[in-house]
Amino acid sequence: MHDKAKSVSLANLWVAFAAFMVAIVLGLYQVMNRSGLFPEIESHELYFASVSTHGVLMGFVLTTFFVMGFGYYTATSTLKRELWSKPLSWVAFWVALGGTVMAAYPLLTGQASVLYTFYPPLKAHPLFYIGATLLVVGSWLWCLEMIMSVVTWKRDNPGKVVPLAMYGTTANAVMWLWTSAGVALEMIFQLIPWSLGIIDTVDPGLARTLFSWTLHAIVYFWLFPAYIAMYTILPKVAGGRLFSDEMGRVAFIMLMVISVPIGFHHLYMDPQQAAGFKFLHMLGTFAVAVPTLLTGFTVLASLEVSGRLRGGRGLLGWLGALDWKEPMVVAGLLALFMLIAGGFGGMINASYQMNTLVHNTQWVTGHFHLIFAGTTVIMYLAVAYHLWPKLTGRRLASRGMALVQLWTWCIGMLVLTMPWHIIGLLGQPRRISSTPYDSPLVEAWGPHEAAMVVGGAILLVSALLFVLNLLLSHLSARTDAREKNEWAEAIHPPLRVAKPLNGFALWNGILAVWMIVSYGYPVLQFFVLDTYGSLPWGY
Amino acid sequence: MHIDPLERKWMYVVGVMTIVMVASMAYAAVVMNMHPPSNVETIDPKTLHLSGEFAEDNLGVTTNPDGSVTVRMIAARYSFYPQEIEVPVDTEVTFRMTSPDVVHGVHVPFTNMSTMVIPGYVSEVTTRFPKAVETQFLCNEYCGLGHDYMWSRLKVTPKG
Repeated sequence: MHDKAKSVSLANLWVAFAAFMVAIVLGLYQVMNRSGLFPEIESHELYFASVSTHGVLMGFVLTTFFVMGFGYYTATSTLKRELWSKPLSWVAFWVALGGTVMAAYPLLTGQASVLYTFYPPLKAHPLFYIGATLLVVGSWLWCLEMIMSVVTWKRDNPGKVVPLAMYGTTANAVMWLWTSAGVALEMIFQLIPWSLGIIDTVDPGLARTLFSWTLHAIVYFWLFPAYIAMYTILPKVAGGRLFSDEMGRVAFIMLMVISVPIGFHHLYMDPQQAAGFKFLHMLGTFAVAVPTLLTGFTVLASLEVSGRLRGGRGLLGWLGALDWKEPMVVAGLLALFMLIAGGFGGMINASYQMNTLVHNTQWVTGHFHLIFAGTTVIMYLAVAYHLWPKLTGRRLASRGMALVQLWTWCIGMLVLTMPWHIIGLLGQPRRISSTPYDSPLVEAWGPHEAAMVVGGAILLVSALLFVLNLLLSHLSARTDAREKNEWAEAIHPPLRVAKPLNGFALWNGILAVWMIVSYGYPVLQFFVLDTYGSLPWGY
Repeated sequence: MHIDPLERKWMYVVGVMTIVMVASMAYAAVVMNMHPPSNVETIDPKTLHLSGEFAEDNLGVTTNPDGSVTVRMIAARYSFYPQEIEVPVDTEVTFRMTSPDVVHGVHVPFTNMSTMVIPGYVSEVTTRFPKAVETQFLCNEYCGLGHDYMWSRLKVTPKG
């Protein structure tokens, strides 16, 4: 029996969910502070330290550790062999955890209230930048582990098809190496030496350009595991089959290639980049909607197959016939629902012209909470429920509690984000801690701000139910020894696929050319123009 | 590769939808000349207050010979200077702004007067306000613990 790397998976997942739990408490505090309904707790210092910590924990810690933990399980379970190097997986874990702890100190003591997007020339404590970089270095070791595991498997299994779940995981590892290079360059050549006083100034224009390189595809790094679960676990537990294995590969490839060279839709309103490059990145941004639209089709079609196998009839009867008592099925449907709602908002953000009206308003916060905290995280939670018995050998403490938890997560997220979309359209900026404006708008925002506090409270209760369930399961004595094959089979399982659908060489080449076209001159221009750096500023 | 007929139809729908959206943006960009603020112009944030267009005496509203209006402003912690701006309704207004300290953003709610203000660069936005109103410039980028207090007044006055 091969080693399934269970302990390293569990260690990563527990760190992820511990970070999640801390961050959600901060989230509730933030909506309370921001609503203006609780004047006794209002504090700018605490609020911005809290927002910075919430962003780092949710965006960097929860995601990176979840991706790593799920990846180790996927690799050993689909390839049916040990990891390429088990010690490396532990080194990755400790490096990433060390970095997280290092960054936590300045964050929690208010010495890194620069938000998780850094915003130079605001300057944080050097340990914040170094810790965040180490977290990324840990994730690179995970990438190496995933890529080498699949490379050695292919060498030993010539001509065989890489299982879809592992193909997607490898796509994510390859994409993340490309993606994280931008922020790594910003850290190594700008923020770390500048915060240590080795260089005097940084150019915020260059820093923002490099950060944009990472900023879009990082959300796909977070989203990938959710899609992998939708393609390769959901159809199986729903009692059906995957509609198309090959279309899954096509979607994963498109996500890997297209999501990196399109970061300028975060810079539409920035003065340091030219309109032509922004337009070019806009084209890619709309192209990256394609794999998501294909995914929506394939996942819904797979669920329809399950519903009809379970006796559902008529145009929509299959929906009612689905197993609504299975957490993964409920999570998958709620995730798709939030993806559709959030996706439409995303197309407005991505618009070359319409973006102007919503840029940096609370609308944007509503959008990414719906897609990330909604779609992506609800799938993380469902994956945890699914994996827990397999990783701990214990039965899930309560399936009913899991179902209540998933429904309240979706409801809470809607109660939180719908008001945000509305107040964003009503002009409220994001990233504020209060609204001391002399404007009639402030009154119009009032009722929506009360609603968002309710949303935050529902989400906190939901998160508590989640962590409680995992904890009770882990500590329980009720063992679950079933080790059934849980990966979905396709309706037409591919016996062989074309080489480009089984590897990444061609796609890396295409991405390299596309990156040179879309980021080559925009980065080079800072060394051609007469630019002026900025000295560090406190906050 | 095996593609289901239904899947193929959906791919066509996705393709057409994407092309229609991109084409409408291309039309707005090329024919209507609507672009985000992108003038790529540099300036030294350490000396901009000493001389040139962003010295204190040169800030504010200037009416150009062709009737259009240019507004020069500084975004600095924690306001936009000058703190009260008056521009005529339904007139072409060009805002030129820069920052001597950190990154800021400016948005006049319900209008497309929106840009990031990055130290080291000059932001330029040209727009037209269709209604006479009293409204605000709001800073929409985190710039420090006093960020919430960073706003100033804009009055769009009726013509004549």
